[in-house]
Amino acid sequence: MNARDLASPSRRRFVTATAALGGGLLLGFGLPVRGEVRDTLTTNAPFAPNAFLRIDRAGKVTFVSPMIEMGQGTYTSLPMLVAEELEVDVDRVAVEHAPADDKVYANPLIGIQMTGASTAIRGMYVPLRRAGATARVMLVAAAAQRWKVDPATCRAENGAVVHAATGRRLGYGALVDAAAKLPVPEKVALKEPAAFRLVGKAHRRLDTSGKVNGSARFGIDTRLPGMKFAVLAQSPVFGGKLASIDEAKAKAVPGVTQVVRLDDAVAVVANHTWAAKQGLAAAAPQWDAGPNAKVSMTDIVGQLARAAEKPGAVARNDGDAARAIAGAAKRIDAVYEQPFLAHATMEPMNCTVHLTTDGCDIWVGTQVPGLTQAAMMKLTGLKREQVRIHNHLLGGGFGRRLEFDGTVRAVQIAQHVRGPVQVIWPREEDIQHDMYRPYYYDRVTAGVDAQGKAVAWSHRITGSSIVARYIPASIKNGVDPDAVESSANLPYGFPDIHVDWVRQEPPSGIQTTWWRGVGVTRGTFVVESFVDELAASAKHDPLAYRIAFLDKNPRARAVLQLAAERSGWGKPLPAGQGRGIALCTGFGSFIGQVVQVSVGKDGAVSPVHVWCAVDCGLQVNPDTIRAQMESGIIFGLSAALFGEITIKDGRVEQTNFGDYRVLRISEAPRIDVHLVNSTEAPGGIGEPGTSCVMPALTNAIFAATGRRIRKLPVGDQARVA
Amino acid sequence: MVTLNVNGKPRDIDVADDTPLLWTLRDVLNMTGTKFGCGQGLCGACTIHIDGQPARSCITPVSTAVGKRITTIEAIGATPAGKKVQAAWLALDVPQCGYCQSGQIMSATALLAATPRPSDADIDSAMAGNICRCGTYPRIRAAIRKAAGIAEKEA
Repeated sequence: MNARDLASPSRRRFVTATAALGGGLLLGFGLPVRGEVRDTLTTNAPFAPNAFLRIDRAGKVTFVSPMIEMGQGTYTSLPMLVAEELEVDVDRVAVEHAPADDKVYANPLIGIQMTGASTAIRGMYVPLRRAGATARVMLVAAAAQRWKVDPATCRAENGAVVHAATGRRLGYGALVDAAAKLPVPEKVALKEPAAFRLVGKAHRRLDTSGKVNGSARFGIDTRLPGMKFAVLAQSPVFGGKLASIDEAKAKAVPGVTQVVRLDDAVAVVANHTWAAKQGLAAAAPQWDAGPNAKVSMTDIVGQLARAAEKPGAVARNDGDAARAIAGAAKRIDAVYEQPFLAHATMEPMNCTVHLTTDGCDIWVGTQVPGLTQAAMMKLTGLKREQVRIHNHLLGGGFGRRLEFDGTVRAVQIAQHVRGPVQVIWPREEDIQHDMYRPYYYDRVTAGVDAQGKAVAWSHRITGSSIVARYIPASIKNGVDPDAVESSANLPYGFPDIHVDWVRQEPPSGIQTTWWRGVGVTRGTFVVESFVDELAASAKHDPLAYRIAFLDKNPRARAVLQLAAERSGWGKPLPAGQGRGIALCTGFGSFIGQVVQVSVGKDGAVSPVHVWCAVDCGLQVNPDTIRAQMESGIIFGLSAALFGEITIKDGRVEQTNFGDYRVLRISEAPRIDVHLVNSTEAPGGIGEPGTSCVMPALTNAIFAATGRRIRKLPVGDQARVA
Repeated sequence: MVTLNVNGKPRDIDVADDTPLLWTLRDVLNMTGTKFGCGQGLCGACTIHIDGQPARSCITPVSTAVGKRITTIEAIGATPAGKKVQAAWLALDVPQCGYCQSGQIMSATALLAATPRPSDADIDSAMAGNICRCGTYPRIRAAIRKAAGIAEKEA
């Protein structure tokens, strides 16, 4: 039944060779080893009751994970769900990357095989428990049959079936052959949350051992016999073409074997990456800039500002906001701008390809194996079973690896290379040819009464549509649901609300895509900044002002109050310091944060302390939730303080971590995370921490200095003129 | 041809003198634990030890390491400080995506080997060259204190 998963002889040879090569296998030095992460090579286990589970005759459980691990803790929390119902020790479960399959391994919330949008737990909470319970029921039935007793008199515990009355016990390994012959039950009872022994208790990550001794394998760590290394350069001006290169000079570099010319890119192939890099420098590619040669930020932002003048597709219309604003005691307007952002994953874009006449093996870390496979079938003309995606741990995703442009490039290059080739993007290429978080231009207007209380809210969002390119079927009534996220469904109960959206794409060639928090990040910054402005205009406390509009949103109210309470909200601070608060409701979770910031006399902004209250419904692995909040906060602070991709003469001005700054440990605040116990459905936690901290930071800067930051990044805007 | 001492073993390598150690380790010796991040010494993902001192292998030519002891993440657990650091990293579940962690552990080990009881400022200063995009900084600080046997402050 698992023919798809069985390794072809060539794949098996590759993987064996991969494992035998390299110095990464010096495991342990006596340190405890938890968990095991494997390539997409399912063992031929006798018992495979569903796509997610394999159990061999030694009782070893393999979980085939539909979601990929990119740091978010999925390779621990998902096995916990399986182990909970299967009654096994989760530390002994091996995790294997699923092969590409948009049907069998579809994310139930998205419909294809995708790790993203903070959906892993939300989507898999029930299916994976059912997968574990199904296997358990079959193993219990097999034991009962062997013992000739009623299955109801048997129970499963710690990888074995026990018949309490007679004290008999059989390990799962001894039962797999018999269980495999039983029909798969259609319905199985799942545990009540009160009976959980794993879910809800902090559990150590299963993927840590390999990540502390260098043995964890990312896509870039792929090593194959005879593999070449290629370094890539793409047209620095978006939409430009390769004009000429000095191929002879490139080939004169020792170790260089080949130069591959593409229409708008060039790759130098060599025996190692450095030779390829030197060869590329020697080749000194020249480019025809094309139509974008003069494009700059002024053009791009000008187009957005003009587009924002006209009405857009209506995403929400409660009452008559325009009329209410016209009749209000006071009108308040603001424009917010959020820049293009790169992802800058620590593992630069890379992909290893071995293309032969009868197949294409691809070693890459991807959030979308199925989409990648389909695109490569189109590119190569090969059949589905001939395009084999070997997924890997991701050295950071953040949405970047929801795109397969890097794999397209690698296959285009591999089409000219005999044998396997690893294509690496230098960091400069990774930054300058990212697909960026869109530049957003938001206009917001409120009408307030004589006491400063908002009576109407009108918000127009202008920017590029990722959805229209990526999942056009999700555009409903002309509205991009991601672009209006956290705005159309903002948490505050204002009487009259109007939200509309105008699509305005940047010049062709500048591609936009998902970024951590996607629409929630954009919307939360605008809504939480403007609510803060309304509170300031009314001379109200920003916490109290928000609470007044959260009558019908008790979970949102509770996280705001908890974060505020823990932060010492309202207590005096030294001069130059301030606290800012923000609320984020998205991905089925509720986050309240307070940032305490210190602003130096020179305008230097230092986040000192962040308090974060989280209600994400039922918690699977509480320590992962803490880790994701810490992670999201640091990621959001990097973007809010420094993050900005700018375009001049059609090319990205930033190049590397020197000019695309990210937060360093010496700049990181202290972070306290407070979890709210809840029995509500589980929510997502990978992204909302990022979305919440950006306005909490800028609101804190306002509290400290009176400066309202309406355009990100903060940069030197807190500097007093 | 140069001979390098990598993790206590002599290795004969046929690369140009100016080839950075990073690519020599990763592509020639197939030791992929040391990571490529930026190629300019800006991110610390490629940190190794040369005679016990942290070095960014992406900007360190092989020629400068001849006759010196090169230690990588694959063998750092055999040193007393490295073993403590790895154990603390495991105990506090520091890594997320994990890509930068080889470099983080090499920098932290060098810090503790030189300064067994570092101050918070020592930690920030020694680790400021290592970027983590997953934001594991709070846990890195805590893990270094744990490895050094320094009690955590009250929340």
